[in-house]
Amino acid sequence: MIDRLAAALQFDQEALNLRHQRQQVLANNIANADTPNYKARDFDFSQELSRAMDSGRPADGGLALSTTAAGHIGGHGQSAPVGDLLYRVPDQPSLDGNTVNMDVERTRFADNSVRYQAALTMLNGRIQGLKSAMQPE
Amino acid sequence: MSMFSIFEISGSAMTAQAQRMNVTASNMANADSVAGPDGEAYRAKQVMFEARGQNGTGVGGVAVREVIEDDAPMRREFRPDHPLADDEGYVTMPNVEPVNEMVNMISASRSYQANVEVLNTSKQLMMKTLTLGEN
Repeated sequence: MIDRLAAALQFDQEALNLRHQRQQVLANNIANADTPNYKARDFDFSQELSRAMDSGRPADGGLALSTTAAGHIGGHGQSAPVGDLLYRVPDQPSLDGNTVNMDVERTRFADNSVRYQAALTMLNGRIQGLKSAMQPE
Repeated sequence: MSMFSIFEISGSAMTAQAQRMNVTASNMANADSVAGPDGEAYRAKQVMFEARGQNGTGVGGVAVREVIEDDAPMRREFRPDHPLADDEGYVTMPNVEPVNEMVNMISASRSYQANVEVLNTSKQLMMKTLTLGEN
């Protein structure tokens, strides 16, 4: 029964997780707004969400060493938070090679935080629905 | 990737920008220092930023790699009465450009503010996430 509950909440969980990852990527762009040669990153949310729903998070896999003998040490490479982190196409690149456009990053950040709250509200609503379904009368 | 690494990212940027402001303050304060501890005139300093160890995850914040000395030519002023004047009567003055420093300071403070905003927004979102499923 618990796994059914987990399955019911999985979509919202993945959406919230990806919103959080995107929040980090955008925060990193803002943090590196003055770093020479830094290239702004971002990812396609809907694409990553459908991939997470189809095949699970990339963090589960990651790059691993194959162990063919008992003495081998299993190594795990650190995997990217999302499948592929893309580079933003700059509309006004600066001379130092930095492609962060502060206005774009800040509006995306604000947009993403509102969407995070929306995802949170929907998840809350779903939990409330499940809870009230479990009440006796 | 921990849930709180966003604080780490914005915090590192705030540290870096604060250091940049410190360096600017030092440059402005020493704009007329004709002699430092080594007897030479003060040289303007600049900070170098670098994106911090991203080990494949693509996010990691920012760090100050080093503080470099500006290699712009030193300013020379004709002041024959000055005790540090050379044979021709010129005094070597620091190569600090006050206009550049002011611009640098404004840029650093704006970036700092942007990072504070990011930190505040993230904090609010996390506080809301902590109350998930209540009431």
